[in-house]
Amino acid sequence: MSTATTAGPELRKKKTDWAGIFSSFGIVLIVIYCLAPFYWMFVSSLRPDTEIFENSWWPRNPSLENYEAVFSAKNNFASGLVNSLIVSVIVTVVALAVATFASYALARLSFRGKSLLLLVVLATSMFPLVAILVPLLKNFAAWGWINTYQAMIIPDLSFSLPLAVWNLTSFFRQMPIELEQSAMVDGCTPGQAFRKVILPLAAPGIFTTAIIIFIGAWNEFLVAVTMINDPMMQPATVLLSKFTGAAQFNTPFGSQMAAGVVMTLPLVVMVLLFQRRIVAGLAAGGLKS
Amino acid sequence: MNTSTYSAEVVNHRSKASKAQARLAWTLMIPTIAVLMIVIIIPVFQSLYQSFFGKAGLDPETGFVSETEPFIGLANYADIFTEAGERFWIAAYNTTLFGVVTVVLETILGVAMALIMHKAMRGRGFVRAAILVPWAIPTAVSGILWGWIFNQNGVANAIIGQHIMWASGDAAAKLTIIIADVWKTAPYIGLLTLAGLQVIPDEVYEAAKIDGANAWQRFTRITLPLVKPALVVAVLFRTLDALRMFDLPYILIGPRKSSVETISMLVQDEASNLRYGSAAAYALILFLYVFIFAFAFVKITGADLGASVEKKRRGPGGRLNASVFLPRRRRSPQPVALTEGGRS
Repeated sequence: MSTATTAGPELRKKKTDWAGIFSSFGIVLIVIYCLAPFYWMFVSSLRPDTEIFENSWWPRNPSLENYEAVFSAKNNFASGLVNSLIVSVIVTVVALAVATFASYALARLSFRGKSLLLLVVLATSMFPLVAILVPLLKNFAAWGWINTYQAMIIPDLSFSLPLAVWNLTSFFRQMPIELEQSAMVDGCTPGQAFRKVILPLAAPGIFTTAIIIFIGAWNEFLVAVTMINDPMMQPATVLLSKFTGAAQFNTPFGSQMAAGVVMTLPLVVMVLLFQRRIVAGLAAGGLKS
Repeated sequence: MNTSTYSAEVVNHRSKASKAQARLAWTLMIPTIAVLMIVIIIPVFQSLYQSFFGKAGLDPETGFVSETEPFIGLANYADIFTEAGERFWIAAYNTTLFGVVTVVLETILGVAMALIMHKAMRGRGFVRAAILVPWAIPTAVSGILWGWIFNQNGVANAIIGQHIMWASGDAAAKLTIIIADVWKTAPYIGLLTLAGLQVIPDEVYEAAKIDGANAWQRFTRITLPLVKPALVVAVLFRTLDALRMFDLPYILIGPRKSSVETISMLVQDEASNLRYGSAAAYALILFLYVFIFAFAFVKITGADLGASVEKKRRGPGGRLNASVFLPRRRRSPQPVALTEGGRS
């Protein structure tokens, strides 16, 4: 320490370099930590069946046979992806449509019972999904809704709607109030100001929330595994967990890994493209600033 | 703010406008309230009602086979203290173990990651993208992925040079779940902590350095207290998530495995075997457990949740002035006074 003060800028520079090296090393460790399992899944998915238990860094004879197996008619995996897509898109659209109005009211208008409503929304977002599973299962069975899309979509709203309300409220609150005020000075009604001024400007926040909800709905498993037993209606998450190989006791690790890559790749691409937005959205949801 | 300073006419306008605003607000809230009623609030009460009923088919009084479920009062709850409760207590133990251990580990790892990322100058965007990958991977996928890694012939055994049967041992299966869950969630804590770190002004550290605080003191006296509000909320959300863990053990180890069965898995198993009453009872016990945990956590740590929503209003945003809800022609005389009076 004392040398740094006497020896001038050279030594001091060396010292900051050490911190730099240390943090670069840490960064490399973090990246390996996060990506290594995913890399392993990718590599394993390219190994032909005969080499599946080899542990080389890269398959000796990379092949796409696992991907062919995943999309063979036996597995229904393509229809599983379509089911996942349908459910996730509808959940996202419905949750956003409903939540946008509520969040605007919560962020901008004053009315009695607002704090209570915010607390209810927060409480419901912490809710264990399994606590509502039994009555929903019974109701849906009575209504003949087992193996339908709505049997997945409606329970999914219980986690996506509070999340959307919470995120969008904090987003609307960050927008300057002058926007609406000047619109209304120019003769808009509050409703028009919301539609024509606020909504277009809120598009980035709504988009961020949409991605987070979509990923949540795409990953959902508990509801689907309980409500859906027809393989043609199951979403990709459930199908993946039930993949069977040629023989009964032969777990098809290769095709499982290939299916995992197929299910994850769209999300990884989304994350890469919109990482800045997603982090902002997660921070808004988690920090409530 | 004292309303008596305004003329009677203004006060009248004002309250009319407030009413208009409240009416609009409730109209906008109705769809959300309706959906939350349908998907959460009503089912919870149905669940409570259901938990007082036994399984259809065995009427304890008459002994006849019946289609209707018999009312058995609190028997489902009392059952957890009898032989039938053994499975419940194992599940409760697993739930608590996973909840506590994974959250402690991921908090330590997450904070370490956040500190490193905060220091690092280069490659921040790339790291941020990489750190989101475990978060984005579906739990179902990470379940089969870690199942593959911890396969008897898998890469984990190859690295440590052992032949451990991870999935069948009791402690090994638990460890597998903990590793897989920490991998997925530590980066998430790291991200939220990083967001908290980035709002601490550099001057605070400069001042502490001048006062002679060493790195450890700066960490414990400045970083931790200032990042605490963000961290506490992140940890709370993660803990509640961990207490309802379902997908990972279900897929990685399998259903009905006592080594890793959580309360959520128990409930799902009971419900899919048509034992709705006991499933509902166990679900409500979990609900209560999660609720008490969250309540105690908020009380002890002073986590700033719902309260912060109303109090912290320093940003550029704000509330709409009630007067904008007045019909145009009637607003003319005192708009200035109204805006100045403002709402606090």
